[in-house]
Amino acid sequence: MPLLSVENLSKSFFGVEVLHGVHLTLEAGALLGLVGENGSGKSTTMNLVGGVLQPDAGTMLLDGRRYAPANPGAAQAAGIAFIHQELNLFPNLTIEENIFIAGFPRRHPLLPMIDRARIRRRTVELLGMVDLAVAPNTPVSRLSQGERQLVEIAKALNTDARIIIFDEPTTSLTKYEIDRLFGIIDRLKAKQIGIIYISHILTDVMQLSDTIAVLRDGHLIGQGARDEFTIDRMISMMVGRSIGQLFPSRDTRPTDEPVLEVEALTAPGIIRNVTFTVHKGEIVGLSGLMGAGRSETARLVFGLDPHKSGQVRIDGTDLGDFDAHAAMRAGMAFLTEDRRAEGLLMNSPIFDTEVLPNLERHASPRLGWIDGQALGVLTTEYSRRVQLNTEDLKTVLSRNLSGGNQQKVVLAKWLMRGPKLFILDEPTRGVDVGAKAEIYKIINSLVADGCGVLLISSELEELTGMCDRILVMNNGEITGSFERGGFDPEAMLEAAMRQGTRASA
Amino acid sequence: MTDANAATAGTGVARRPKRRPLWQRLLLSEYLVLWLSVVYFAIMVPIVPAIASPETFRNILSDLLPLTVVAIGQTVILIIAGIDLSMPAIIAMASVVGASVMTGTGGPLAGSPAAMPLGILTMLAVGAAIGWFNGFCVARLKMPSFMVTLTTSMFFSGVAIWYVTLRSTTTSIANLPRSFVVIGQGDIAGIPNSLWLTLLIAIGVHLMLTRTVLGRHLFAIGVNPRATQVSGVVIARPILLAFVVSGLCAAAGSILYTGRLETGSPILGSNILLDIIGAAVIGGTSLFGGKGKVIWTVFGVLFLVLLDQSLKLMGLTLFMVFAIKGAVILLAAIVDAARTRITGR
Repeated sequence: MPLLSVENLSKSFFGVEVLHGVHLTLEAGALLGLVGENGSGKSTTMNLVGGVLQPDAGTMLLDGRRYAPANPGAAQAAGIAFIHQELNLFPNLTIEENIFIAGFPRRHPLLPMIDRARIRRRTVELLGMVDLAVAPNTPVSRLSQGERQLVEIAKALNTDARIIIFDEPTTSLTKYEIDRLFGIIDRLKAKQIGIIYISHILTDVMQLSDTIAVLRDGHLIGQGARDEFTIDRMISMMVGRSIGQLFPSRDTRPTDEPVLEVEALTAPGIIRNVTFTVHKGEIVGLSGLMGAGRSETARLVFGLDPHKSGQVRIDGTDLGDFDAHAAMRAGMAFLTEDRRAEGLLMNSPIFDTEVLPNLERHASPRLGWIDGQALGVLTTEYSRRVQLNTEDLKTVLSRNLSGGNQQKVVLAKWLMRGPKLFILDEPTRGVDVGAKAEIYKIINSLVADGCGVLLISSELEELTGMCDRILVMNNGEITGSFERGGFDPEAMLEAAMRQGTRASA
Repeated sequence: MTDANAATAGTGVARRPKRRPLWQRLLLSEYLVLWLSVVYFAIMVPIVPAIASPETFRNILSDLLPLTVVAIGQTVILIIAGIDLSMPAIIAMASVVGASVMTGTGGPLAGSPAAMPLGILTMLAVGAAIGWFNGFCVARLKMPSFMVTLTTSMFFSGVAIWYVTLRSTTTSIANLPRSFVVIGQGDIAGIPNSLWLTLLIAIGVHLMLTRTVLGRHLFAIGVNPRATQVSGVVIARPILLAFVVSGLCAAAGSILYTGRLETGSPILGSNILLDIIGAAVIGGTSLFGGKGKVIWTVFGVLFLVLLDQSLKLMGLTLFMVFAIKGAVILLAAIVDAARTRITGR
């Protein structure tokens, strides 16, 4: 008898059915990989299982018994733990407080006093299970993303969860943290815990899964043992077509004309002596492990953080001591790795985000009187260019868009400025395969027009597929440079781990 | 949840919301508060007939106009998710400093025709200066506006009283030039001067908010200051300017209040803070920032003043009036939350 079986599950929002009769089966001690593009119904399905939403039709059986959680609390009581993409921890509280947040054990049932000793004991035990060697009273704010995830798992184990749902668990983890997570997942399976694993990273899904289910547009397209699948087959099932080549070929070659020159850029404790050049029509990749200083370099180059010494030059002009506004006016554009917090006005219509960097150029110089018509034309044109639905510009809020479409909004807002240099920090994070291919095409058309691109990515495949040159960073310094044709994953990893001139910090 | 939204709203294809039921459309209407005012007025006429008298209208107008001017300033601050608690203090400070410049008894410009324009300029300068200081603390020193304006409020309330004691043996500064008093009391083409001034400010701020780069930057800052900054906008300047506008609005309100009273007084506006913020919130401006309109605030003030007048005409005690006004403002906040739930915004 399966641990969990979901039969004929359907769900509608505002009269539109988004999930059409989905079946899923999960055995105890097995891992079910759930894949599909954004908007395919993965999260809706898991929200139904986790009690966040209630189905309109269909049944769920847990251990053969009917299971219909009315709220997340009921699901948790039934033994289902949901580890969300955005972790639900309180950064201001300690690890142990977070683990016991739902109910602190008391010293005596009648006394409102917390049994700290018991919490401490149990937390140490739980942290041991997930290989996290930090003190139980460490505030969560001091933990890395990967460590926070382990705390979430410990929290699930504390509730004796029998099913753990992971929603995109690896998005913000380092390679090392991912390996550790996978080791723990194996251990959870050995304890007969059933795992549902949602991810865009198909190689991980192939590696971990016992069975795989593919969703598309709210339909279950296929479910079966892992051996029945290949990555190519999963992709074609997800998009409903074969997408052929993920990285589009490029007809143009980089020029010899530098657009961005960074010289000995230093910000103490962050990056040191970083020097590189991006030429017109060139894509330069920035690789490295998490914390190597890639995003920090991008932020410094765009003037979001102050640097202590060194120079940033655009078209040969030194920007001096500049801020983001000056960087933008010099011709730079910056796509942030955290689009929700920094890229978009999530609670405003798409239009508001798109016009933000473009207002000044379409307004009278003295009073700042906006040329609304010009902005309307401009946003429509560029939204079409990145394949957004232009009817939605002034009505749909950015937060209601899928990850891929959100990223296109961020791209559109900068493309309107016709940037000379575009810094892209993790442009395809949390974006489905179809939108990824579209974003790559946009990047290629940018460089074809002579724009220089600085591309930061944690996916080596993305860098080797797109870049003319890849710089590898470690510990705030550039430790390797590789030209197209000489991309050697092993040598690049070696450079990412190599100690620079600075002693280990 | 994100996927659920993405599936229904995300691509925006094949999804147009059905026409909402009437009660929802009413609730979401921009003119909700105006309709409420009209309905409330209609209900009150049979209960307290005096509310429809010309005298009451005059009273309503004379309460309405200065409060509108001040509440418009507050709206600008609420849009950037800030709050300006120092407006009553600015009103008091502008009033006493302006009066001391203009007054006929011992003022430096006593009897001079320049007294009125220079007095007004002084008042506006006081408002702009205190606003600038608030803005500097919030924008440059990154202090929370609540804390900054609470302290400037206390400080300048005190200074205003101290300033009067320097100049006069009484608690206020009287004998203001006729040309100044006329601003609060006279009329042009049958329309009171104070109404002209209020209209000018309302239209000016409305255009600033809706048609200029500064206005759009203010809304963006209210929604997400970090994203605004990462979009290449220098956010310190708009924040600073918002507080200067707020200070100027308070000073303009002070001109009307002072003119009406014909006296510079340090306790002018000392109990209108609730009305200033309440009117903006009743109108629909959000305390969370990023949402607000001048016209909403005008409706909010209208409703609040109407309520105030009717309760006074019914002979309720001041305490009762306060309690009911508090309840109405709370109700407005609940309505705002309900609107948010319906639109998902």
